[in-house]
Amino acid sequence: MMTTTNTEQIGLIYRISGPVVQASNMLGSKLYDVARVGEEKLVGEIIRLTGDLATIQVYENTEGLTPGEPVHLTNAPLSVELGPGLMRQIFDGIQRPLPVIREVSGDFIARGIEISGLDHKKLWDFAPSLKVGDKVVGGDILGEIPETPTVDFKLMVPPNIQGKLEFIAQRGDYTVDDLSATVVTPTGDKVDLQFYHKWPVRQPRPYHQRLPSNIPLITGQRIFDTIAPIAKGGTGAIPGGFGTGKTVSQHQLAKWSDAKIVVYVGCGERGNEMTDVLREFPKLVDPYTGGPLMDRTVLIANTSNMPVAAREASVYTGITLAEFFRDMGYDVAMMADSTSRWAEAMREISGRLEEMPGEESFPAYLASRIAEYYERSGRVLTIGSKPREASITVVGAVSPPGGDFSEPVTQNTLRIVKVFWALSKDLASRRHFPAIDYLLSYTLYWSALEDYYSENVSPEFPELRAEALALLQKDKELQDIVALVGPDALPPSEKIILETARMLKEDFLQQNAFHEIDSFCSLEKQYLMLKTILRFYEKAQDLYKRGAIVSDIFEHELVVRIARMKYIERSEIETSLNELMKEIDGLTIQAFGVED
Amino acid sequence: MTVQEKYETREFKTVIEVSGPLMFVDLQGMGGVSYGEIAEIITTTGEKRRGQVLDVSKNLAIIQCFEGTSGLETKDTICRFLGETMKIGVSAEMLGRVFNGRGEAIDGGGDIVPERILDITGSPINPSARQYPKEFIETGISTIDTLLTLVRGQKLPLFSGSGLPHNMLAAQIARQAKVLGAKEDFAVIFCAMGITADEARFFRDDFEQTGALDKVVLFLNLADDPAIERLLTPRLALTAAEHLAYDHDYHVLVILTDITAYAESLREVAAARSEVPSRRGYPGYMYSDFSTIYERAGRIHGRKGSITQIPILTLPNYDITHPVPDLTGYITEGQVYVDIGLNRKGLYPPINPLPSLSRLMKDTIGKGSTRSDHKYVQDQLYALYATGKDLRDLVAVVGDESLSDIDKKTLEFAELFEQKFINQDYYEDRSIFESLDVGWELLGIFDDPYRVLKRIPSEVIDKFHPTKRDKKTDFNTINI
Repeated sequence: MMTTTNTEQIGLIYRISGPVVQASNMLGSKLYDVARVGEEKLVGEIIRLTGDLATIQVYENTEGLTPGEPVHLTNAPLSVELGPGLMRQIFDGIQRPLPVIREVSGDFIARGIEISGLDHKKLWDFAPSLKVGDKVVGGDILGEIPETPTVDFKLMVPPNIQGKLEFIAQRGDYTVDDLSATVVTPTGDKVDLQFYHKWPVRQPRPYHQRLPSNIPLITGQRIFDTIAPIAKGGTGAIPGGFGTGKTVSQHQLAKWSDAKIVVYVGCGERGNEMTDVLREFPKLVDPYTGGPLMDRTVLIANTSNMPVAAREASVYTGITLAEFFRDMGYDVAMMADSTSRWAEAMREISGRLEEMPGEESFPAYLASRIAEYYERSGRVLTIGSKPREASITVVGAVSPPGGDFSEPVTQNTLRIVKVFWALSKDLASRRHFPAIDYLLSYTLYWSALEDYYSENVSPEFPELRAEALALLQKDKELQDIVALVGPDALPPSEKIILETARMLKEDFLQQNAFHEIDSFCSLEKQYLMLKTILRFYEKAQDLYKRGAIVSDIFEHELVVRIARMKYIERSEIETSLNELMKEIDGLTIQAFGVED
Repeated sequence: MTVQEKYETREFKTVIEVSGPLMFVDLQGMGGVSYGEIAEIITTTGEKRRGQVLDVSKNLAIIQCFEGTSGLETKDTICRFLGETMKIGVSAEMLGRVFNGRGEAIDGGGDIVPERILDITGSPINPSARQYPKEFIETGISTIDTLLTLVRGQKLPLFSGSGLPHNMLAAQIARQAKVLGAKEDFAVIFCAMGITADEARFFRDDFEQTGALDKVVLFLNLADDPAIERLLTPRLALTAAEHLAYDHDYHVLVILTDITAYAESLREVAAARSEVPSRRGYPGYMYSDFSTIYERAGRIHGRKGSITQIPILTLPNYDITHPVPDLTGYITEGQVYVDIGLNRKGLYPPINPLPSLSRLMKDTIGKGSTRSDHKYVQDQLYALYATGKDLRDLVAVVGDESLSDIDKKTLEFAELFEQKFINQDYYEDRSIFESLDVGWELLGIFDDPYRVLKRIPSEVIDKFHPTKRDKKTDFNTINI
C-alpha cells in the first residue's frame, strides 16, 4: 500500500466564488488551519470541511485564481507572533507590518506577500530576572526588554508550559529567534523557548481568575468620565450614524485613556483615518508618561477596500495582542472601529457559504460571535506563579445603517456591553461635540465605581453627578413644553433650570477634541467644573427668590467666565476655579439692581 | 500543449443557461478558467460581447454579461475565455477623449496607443503610504469653500435627488476648482453611469464652452447603455485617473454620476445569482464594493499627483437613510447635501450646510491656507443658521411676539444667509476671501458682536469685523 511521504499535503482548487475558495483532496486538514491558496500562495483559513472538500476564506483578492491550482496546508491555525517589537507598529488584519509591505510591494498592496509580524533581525537588550534551576509555570516572567521608553516588554513563559529552567539567556542583545530559555518539564522533556511565541488568534489566552471591575478607565472626556464611565476591564459600545463622531470619540479614547497599552483596530474604515492616526500619534504627548503616544500604541489597519476576510480576522488579531500585553500585567484598552464592518464581513462570508441567514441576512451565529469577542475583555489575575492584576477594556464602535439602533449588530452588542455611549445625529447637527446623547447613554458600572470617585476625586462627586443628571432630565421635559408653547410660558424657576442645563451642555458636556487644552480634562478639573456650575445654579435660585430677574442673572459677567473654564490650563485649575466659586458666593442681590 | 490547443480548450459552445445578466457555461470538467477572467461571447449573428467570470469550478463558470444577455441562446452561442482579467490601456493621450462605458473610444478619434495596460480593479493603497490630505481646493462656491471645504485627495459626494441641480453644481465645481497660488496640471475625469444623453451633453457642452475639454476624459455609460456595464465604468475611469495622477503628476478630479444607478446594477447581478439580500434588496457586500471605488481617492507620499472624487447620488425620495447614501456616507469624508427646500425657494446652489460635512477641513483651513478667521467664521455662521432655522420653526407655531431682540436678528440673519451667502450665480466664482467677507457682512448685523458671536474670540472680531477692522489692511491674503 502506498502512503504519502510528503509532509506537505497538496490540495487542488475546485471552485472560486469571491473571497471563498473550495479545494478538493483536503482530507485530514483541520478546521481553522491556515492554507496557502494557488500558485501565488494567498493566505486563507479553512472554515468548513465536507468529505475531502475544504472551504477556505482567503485574506487576499482572489481574482485570477483558476480551479486546479494547488492549495498548500500549513497544519497550523491562524496565529500571531507575540514578542518584542509590537509597539509603535501598524499591521494589516493578519499581522503583516504595513511599512514592510510597502518596502516589498510599493505604495499599493500586492498579493501573496509573506512577511512575519515581528522583525526577526532586530536585536533586543534582554535582562533576565530568573536563574537556572528556578521552577517556572506558564506566565512567569523570564526577564525584561525595554521596548519603548514607556513600555517594558516582559518575556513570559508561554501558557501551558511548566518545569525547571535548565538554561536562561544572559544579559545581552538577542533577536527574537534566539534561544531565551530551556525548560525541563516534569515528564523530563526539554522545551526550548525563543524570544517570541505564536498564539492562535481565535483562542483566548488563559488567565488565573477574574476580578471585579471597580476602577474607572479615566479617559479625560467629561461625557465619559462623569456621565457614563467605563471600568478598567469593562466593555463599551459607541453606536452612531455617519458624521456623528464615532471615529473622533475612538481616537480620543485611544489618545487620552489611562491604559498602559492601546490596541487600535481600524476595521473596514477609511484609509485617511488610519493615516491621520499615524500622522498625529507620534506628535501627541501622553499625559501620563510625557512620552509620545505612539510608544504605547499598536495599530491594526484593515481599511474598507482591503480584502474582506482579513477584516473578519483583524479584530481577533487585535484582541490576541491585547491579551498578550494583559498577561504582562498591563492595563490594555482596545478600540475596534467599526465592529459593524466586522459583522458585515461575517455576513459576506456566510452568504458565500450559502448558510441559512438570520436577521437582516446576518449569520445566525452573529450574537454568539459578538459575545465571545467582548468576553475576552475583563480585569483579571494573570497566570504565573506571581499573578499580576491587569485588564483589557474593549470599546467597539458600531455603525448602524441609517443610524437605526434597532438593527442586529447594535442590539446584539448592547446585550453584552455594560456601557452604551449613544451618538446622536441631532446633537451632531447642532455641532454639540462629542455628540453623545447624555440621557440615552448609560453605564452599568456606576455602582461599582462610585466608591472610587468618592475616595479619589471627592466625597461629594456622586451627589454632584446625580444633580447634574436630574437637571438634564428635567431640561428635556421642559424643552418639549417649550417646543409647543414657547419659552415665555415657563415660570422663572423653570427658566433657571433651562439656563443651568444649557450651561451644563455647552460649558461642561461639549468638549473640543481639537483644542490643545480642552482635548483632555482631568477628573479633578471635571469635578471642579461641575461644582462651579452647580454652585452658580444654587446662587441663581437664591438671587431669584430675593427678587432678581432670571435673564439678568444669566447675563452676568461670571457666566462668561464659567463658559471659559474648559480652556483653563491644568496648573491653574484649582486656584482659578476656587476663585470663581468664591466670586459666585459673593454675588449680592444689589448687583442686580434690587434692594434687599 | 501548443498555444493553439490551449486556445481551443478555452472556447466553449456549451452555454447551459441564460438568466438575467448571467450566463452559465458548462466547462465539461476541463476547468482552466480563472475567477475574474474576461470572456468574449459570440452570438449567433457574430456579434461580440464582453463578460466576466463571477464564480467558477472545474465544471461550471458563471459569467456576468456587461452588454446584456438579450439575443443569447444555449445552442450556438460561443464563449471564449481570454486568459486575463479586465484591463485597460491608459495614456496621457486620453485627455480630451470620449470613451464608452467599456473603455472604447467613441469620439471617432481612433484607439489610443497605451503607455501602460492596467488591471481595472486596482490594488488598495497601503495606509502607511497615504499622505493625509490638507490642500485647500477653492471651488468659488461660498457654501463649499467656507463651510464644507474641499481638500485635495478627498472624496466628497453630493447627496441630491431628482429634479435638483446637482449636475450644474458638479459642472461649476469642475470649472472653477483651483488650488490657491498653484499652477499645476489639473485634469477632470467624468464618469457617467446611467445618466441620460441630455445630462451627458450638458457636461460636455459646459467643458467645451470653458475650453476645458482638452483636460477632460469622459467615460459614458448612458441610461440606454447596458446596465451591467456600469459595474466596469467607474473602475475604468479610476484606473485612468490613477495613471494620470501617479504617472503624470496630474491633480485629477473624478466626477462619478450616478452612484445610485451603479448600485442598482449591483443589485441586479446579486438578485440574478439568488444571493441573500441585505437591506432593500441590495447585496450585503455593497459597502465593500463601494469602498473599492471611493477609497481610490487620495494622495500618496512622494507622488505629486492626487485623486479627488465627487460622486453624485440621487437619493430615492430624498431619503438620507437609504442604503446607497448611508453606505456612501460611512466611506466618504463628508457629504454635500443638496436640499429640495432651498431649491424650491429659488436659491442656487441649494446646499444645506446643516446636514452637510467635510471631515478633512479641520486640518486644511486657517492661516497660510485660507485665512486665520476661517475656522471661527464657519463655526459661527453654522451655529447662527442652525439657531435661526430652529427659531423659524418656533415662530411658525407660537408667532414672533415672545422673541427677544437677538432672536429676531437671528431670524433675519438666517434669511440673509440664504439669500446672500448660499445663493450665488452659476458663473460666479467667489474667492475664499470674498466668501469670508460676505460671512462677516452678515455677522455684522448684530449690534453687540462680542456678546452674540460667542464662537469667535474677541481678538478675531477686532481684526475682522466689518465695523472694527483696519480699512488699510489687505484681507485678500492667506497670510493674515
